[in-house]
Amino acid sequence: MSEKQPAIEIEGEALRSHLFEYCLRLGDDRLVLGHRLSEWCGHAAILEEDIALANVALDFIGQAEYILDLAGRIEGAGRDADRLVYFREAIDYRNLKLVELPRGDFAFTIARQFLFDAYDVELMEALLDSSFQPLAEVAAKVIKEARYHLRHSRRWVVQLGDGTEESHQRMQKALDEVWMYTGEIFQADDIDRRLHEDDMAPDLEELRPRWTKAVQDAVEEATLKLPDPDQYMAEGGRQGRHTEHLGHLLSEMQILPRSYPDATW
Amino acid sequence: MDYEQTAAAGKEAVMDILQEVKDPEVPVLSVVELGVVRDVKLKEGHVEVVITPTYSGCPAMQAIREGIINALRSHGFDKASTRTVLSPPWTTDWMSEEAKGKLREYGIAPPGHTRDREDRPVACPFCDSEDTALRSEFGSTACKALYFCNACQQPFEQFKCI
Repeated sequence: MSEKQPAIEIEGEALRSHLFEYCLRLGDDRLVLGHRLSEWCGHAAILEEDIALANVALDFIGQAEYILDLAGRIEGAGRDADRLVYFREAIDYRNLKLVELPRGDFAFTIARQFLFDAYDVELMEALLDSSFQPLAEVAAKVIKEARYHLRHSRRWVVQLGDGTEESHQRMQKALDEVWMYTGEIFQADDIDRRLHEDDMAPDLEELRPRWTKAVQDAVEEATLKLPDPDQYMAEGGRQGRHTEHLGHLLSEMQILPRSYPDATW
Repeated sequence: MDYEQTAAAGKEAVMDILQEVKDPEVPVLSVVELGVVRDVKLKEGHVEVVITPTYSGCPAMQAIREGIINALRSHGFDKASTRTVLSPPWTTDWMSEEAKGKLREYGIAPPGHTRDREDRPVACPFCDSEDTALRSEFGSTACKALYFCNACQQPFEQFKCI
């Protein structure tokens, strides 16, 4: 943002570092998913969907900007959103592996988007009550967009699942492929638990059944089969252990400011 | 005039100037009518305009910030700045009936009220028919959806209600 926002005072070094990490998680998910969605711009099968995906991408990137800016103000080391986005290595990114996977075909993009949007709505609803005011304010803004995004991605899951033989089969394949990346969404660590104790962040275990129900309803309506929830689940994104795909994404995203650090636009 | 009256008059003057700043994507509405301008603060010759984004991803926000600063400068307010706030979150309920009328005249179906039912029919801005269908949740900008009127066979955009 072109406006300088003041630093945020936080009592205690541990809490400051937890809130900083937590905002990185929220912001990085949005940034990386927004980037993946933006790759469809000019490539989607129909014009309306091309525009829709670009719109959703912009929302996510805009949300990432507020949240990473907030992270920088919490950290208090003078880093703004641009600094955090362009000058961190993959190992310092805290997004879920789910969002960094290549966009795949349209069915894969929609499957991933629907699973994320269903989580986003639950997460933001819970964050509305966060005792950390800046996060509650972000949630009040984001929830409106998240509900709209979910309506869009859910409609596609149903339309493709309950569509032709080909679209049904591809939607099922996409759901099966992306499923092993959903376990990480609800894997709480010390940061989640500490922030939950202070009513700043939700209990991820409480969100899981609501998410599962929302996903189940749509999957049934789409005449698809829910993959096995007890199958092997990938993890590590929140700790900076990413797939090889994130590095490629970042190199494309970061090349300009890294080559010309003083560039402005 | 005492200080408070001067401040009130100054604020009103600034609001009048801001009426000249239009949304770059919907040029019939000013940033005030759109509800983007939340407050104006005057202090020792400095004007601060408090604004809120429509959608997180609205690429027009930067143009709006620059439009505000330029308009104020051209009226002699050399020390002007904007401050963006997220709370309370922007809603189309802040738009006046007059502003909604301007949208309709421009060919964009205005938003309903957030307390209305979600499946309430959207009337065509050209022929007023309610025999319309949603084509896409996303139109040419983040704030609009794409509809088609079965009566007059015209595609049109609706300002989404949020």
